[in-house]
Amino acid sequence: MKIKMTINNVLKEVEVSPSEFLLDVLRRLDYMSVKKGCDTGTCGVCTVLMDGKPVLSCSVLAASADGHKITTIEGLRDDPEFKAISQALLDEGADQCGFCSPGLILNVYAMKRDLKNPTEEEMKKYLVGNLCRCTGYMPQMRAIKKYFEVRS
Amino acid sequence: MKEVKRPINKVDGYGLVSGQPVYTDDLAPKNSLVVKILRSPHAFARIKNINTEKAKSLEGVECVLTYKNVPRNIFTRAGQGYPEPSPYDKYILDEYVRYVGDEVAVVAARDEFTAEKALKLLEVEYEVLEPVLDFEKSKGSKSIIHPEKDYKSESFVSSDPKNNIAATYEMSIGDIEKEIEESDVVVKERFYTQAQAHVMMEPHAAYSYIDMQGRLVVVTSTQVPFHVRRILARALDLPIKKIRVIKPRVGGGFGGKQAIHGEPYVALVTLKTGKPAKVYYTRKEVFESTYTRHPMRFDVTIGADKNGKINVIDVRGLSDTGAYGEHALTTFMVAGSKVLPMYNKVKAVRFGGDVVYTNHPPAGAYRGYGAIQANFAIESAMDMLAYKLNMDPVKLREINMIREKETSPIFKIMGEGREGVDMIVRSCKLDECVEKGAKKIDWENKFKAKKEGKKVKGVGMAIAMQGSGIAKIDMGAATIKLNEDGSFNLLIGATDIGTGSDTILSQIAAEVLNVPTESIIPYSSDTDVTPFDVGAYASSTTYVSGNAVRIAAEKMKEEIIKAGAEYFEVPIEEVEFDGKEIRTKDNKITLQKLAEILYYNENQKQLSTTGSYVGDESPSPFMAGYAEVEVDTETGKVDLLNYVAVVDCGTPINPNLAKVQVEGGLAQGIGMAMYEEVIYDKNGRLLTNNMMNYKIPSRVDIKNLDVELVDSYEPTGPFGAKSVGEIGIDTPPAAIANAVYNAVGVRIKDLPITPEKVLKALKEKQN
Repeated sequence: MKIKMTINNVLKEVEVSPSEFLLDVLRRLDYMSVKKGCDTGTCGVCTVLMDGKPVLSCSVLAASADGHKITTIEGLRDDPEFKAISQALLDEGADQCGFCSPGLILNVYAMKRDLKNPTEEEMKKYLVGNLCRCTGYMPQMRAIKKYFEVRS
Repeated sequence: MKEVKRPINKVDGYGLVSGQPVYTDDLAPKNSLVVKILRSPHAFARIKNINTEKAKSLEGVECVLTYKNVPRNIFTRAGQGYPEPSPYDKYILDEYVRYVGDEVAVVAARDEFTAEKALKLLEVEYEVLEPVLDFEKSKGSKSIIHPEKDYKSESFVSSDPKNNIAATYEMSIGDIEKEIEESDVVVKERFYTQAQAHVMMEPHAAYSYIDMQGRLVVVTSTQVPFHVRRILARALDLPIKKIRVIKPRVGGGFGGKQAIHGEPYVALVTLKTGKPAKVYYTRKEVFESTYTRHPMRFDVTIGADKNGKINVIDVRGLSDTGAYGEHALTTFMVAGSKVLPMYNKVKAVRFGGDVVYTNHPPAGAYRGYGAIQANFAIESAMDMLAYKLNMDPVKLREINMIREKETSPIFKIMGEGREGVDMIVRSCKLDECVEKGAKKIDWENKFKAKKEGKKVKGVGMAIAMQGSGIAKIDMGAATIKLNEDGSFNLLIGATDIGTGSDTILSQIAAEVLNVPTESIIPYSSDTDVTPFDVGAYASSTTYVSGNAVRIAAEKMKEEIIKAGAEYFEVPIEEVEFDGKEIRTKDNKITLQKLAEILYYNENQKQLSTTGSYVGDESPSPFMAGYAEVEVDTETGKVDLLNYVAVVDCGTPINPNLAKVQVEGGLAQGIGMAMYEEVIYDKNGRLLTNNMMNYKIPSRVDIKNLDVELVDSYEPTGPFGAKSVGEIGIDTPPAAIANAVYNAVGVRIKDLPITPEKVLKALKEKQN
C-alpha cells in the first residue's frame, strides 16, 4: 500500500506493507538515527515525533502514519533547541555509547514544549520510557536539568 | 598537565547524539542477504533429521546452513587471550542442541520477510534428551551435556566433560582448619547470585562481504575485533590473513560482546554465496541466545579473633556456565582473585570449586566478571561477622583491609586462568574511600539510629577492588602518524564501546606531544589498519592501551626531534620540541611547516611510530560503596534512597567520563541487587526474554548516585591512571543487602533482593 508522510518537512510517498512498522520503514528510507533496540515498545531508542508528539516507532504501524508529520533527529540538526540539549549531554559525558541519545533528545525536545518549569520528578516521569544502560541516568539528568535552567 | 585530567567532550559525541549512521546495522550494504537463525525449542536434544528442501526452494532464499554443510571445527566463542582459557566445546552448528535458543540452522534470504518465512519451512526432527537444569545437580548427572569426542581444553584448564565440569580450581594458603578452630568468632554462610542479562541498548549485529582481493570482511559490533579474527579463522578454516574485522561504533557491550555471536553465520553465508550478508539479533534472541552473567553459589567461612582481626577466609564456590564453557575458569578465578586480596592480613585463605555445565543459555563475560558475585557473598559475610563481634562494619574493614604499599600472596597465585603476578599495591586510597564515604552518608548517625515504624531506613556498606587489564597476558598497541598539517592520526586496536576510550586515548597522546587533543584524530579497531589490541575487557583500556599510546607518542616526539635535527643539521641534543615548534639555539620551525617539508620537499619521509604495552602488574582500582535504603515492613519493598561511591581509580584522564563509568556501573549493580532476574520455566525456556519481563532500572528507580573520585596516582599507569570500567558495579549487591539488614534485621542471601524475599524474611523473623 502507498502512504504519504511528511518526514522532516519533506513530503514522501512510500510503498509499505500493512504489517510494517514505522521504525522499519524509516530505516529503509535511510533515517538511520532511528534505532532498533527492543522490538516491544519498552526501551525508547526508536522514539520519533509524530505531529510533534513523541511516539515509539517500533510500535506504530507505518500505515497509521499516513498523512502525518514525522520528525527524526536528522530533521532537528539545525534547530537551536536540539543543539542546546545535545551540547548539555556532551558536556556531562552523557553520550557514552550514544545508542539511546537520539530517542532521548527527541523526548526532551517534546518535554520542553509539554511541561512548564518541571520538577526533577516530573522530568524523570516524562522520560521514564527512555532506558539507558551506560550512564546510570545521572549525567543525563544533570544535563537535562542544566538545559532547562538555562532555557526557562 | 594540559590535556589529561580535563573533562573534555567525547571526540565522537556529536556524531552519536545527532544520529549519524555509525553503528553496524546502519552501515550494512543495502543488498545484504538477511540472515536468520532457527533456534532450538528444547533444552537438550539431538537433531535426528533436518529437511531444508522447502525452505531452499522458496523464492528469494539463497542459502541454508545446517550442521551437515558447515565446517566442523570445535572452538570457543569466548574472546580472550591465547592459548584460550575456555574449553573448546562449540561448533558453528552441531547435531546436538544444548539450550532453548541454541542454533539449529541458518537461512539467508533477500529480505527479512522471506528469511522469516524460510525459517518456518525448515522441518526438524529431534530426539529430546533429559536436560540438566539445576546447577547444583549437574556434576556427575546421568545426562552428559558435552559427549562429543573432540571436546578439548588447554592443559591448564581442568575440564571434565564426563562429569559436566567445564573447569575446576583450587588454591589454599595456610592451615584453614586450625585457624577456624582457633578463631573466637566464626561465620559460616551460603549465598547465591543470579544470572544477569547485559541489556546493552544495541542488539548484536554483524555483516560481511568479500573484498576486491577475495578476502572476507566482517563488520561487527564487538568488543574484541582481533579475537574475533582469530576465532573465525579457526572456526571457518581460513588463514588469519584472509580475514579482516572492522568494528564501527558499538552501542554498549558490558562483556556481552566480548565473544563471537552472529559473525560465523554471516561469514559462512558470504563465503558460500559470494554476497554481502547481515544479521541483527532480535531482543528476544539477545536474551535467549547470547550470554548472561554466571550464576554462582558460595559457602563462605570467616574466622576472627574477638578484636575483629580476621584470621581465615574459606570460600567454596560453584558456578553455572550454562551450555558452553565460555569464560568458565576465568570468571571463577576472578571471584577469588579480585576479592580476597582486600583482606590481606589473614593467616589462611582458601578458594576453590567447580564450574559446571547446565542446559541453560551460556554464561559469559559480564562487567564485574566473577568479582561482583563473590563480593556479594564475602562482603555480606563480613557484615554478619561485624554484627557477631558487636563491631561497626566500617571498623571491621578498617582493621583488616589492604593498604598502600602492601601486598597479598593471592596476587601471585591467582591470575585469570593461570598463575598471577606478584605485586605490591603502589596506589591504594581505599582507607580514604571508606572514611569519605562514611562521612558523606552520615554513617555515624544513620547506622546507630533507632529503627522503628512501618517504613524503616538503614545504611550498609561494602568495599571492592578490581584490576587493570590482565598482567603478562593481554597486550595493546597504538600507532601514531604525523600528517602534513601537523595533526596526528592515532590508530588504536583498543575498542571504544561507548566508554569514551577513543577520547581518553587521544588525550594521552596529546599530553605527551604537548598538542591540543583536537590535533589527534583517533581511529579504533580495524584488524587491517590498526595495530593489535586484545580489546575492551578486564578494565584494561585506560591502563594497557593507554600505556601503549603513551609509548607511541613518546617515540613520535623523538622522531620529530630527530627530523628537526636533520633539517637544521645539528645534533639531536640541541633540538627541542614544545608541541608547536621545533627549536634550536638559533633557529625554529613550526611542526606544521616541518611536516609539510617532510611530505613534499626535503629528507622526505613519513613519521610513524608504534608502541605496545603489556602490564607487568594489574593495579587495582578500589572503592567503598554506601547504600541508604528505606524498607516498607508491610510490603517488603526496598527503596534505595541514596548511594555513595568513593572511588580510587588513580588519576582520571577525563574526570567526566570516569565518573560516568562509575555511575553506569552502579546502576547495573543496583539492577543486579534489586530488580534483575533471569527466570526459566521448568523446561528451561526463558521467561524473561523481553525488556518488559526483564527489568533493568529506569531513571525513576535510580534516585541518587553520589560519586566521588579521590586523588590518587598510580606510578605504572599513564599519567597516574588506573582502570575504572568495572569497579562501579561491584559493591551495590552487598551494600544494599547490608543496609536492608541494618534497617529491618533480615538478611537476604540470594539475589535479587525482592519485596517477596524481604517480606517472607520479616514474617519468619516475627515468628
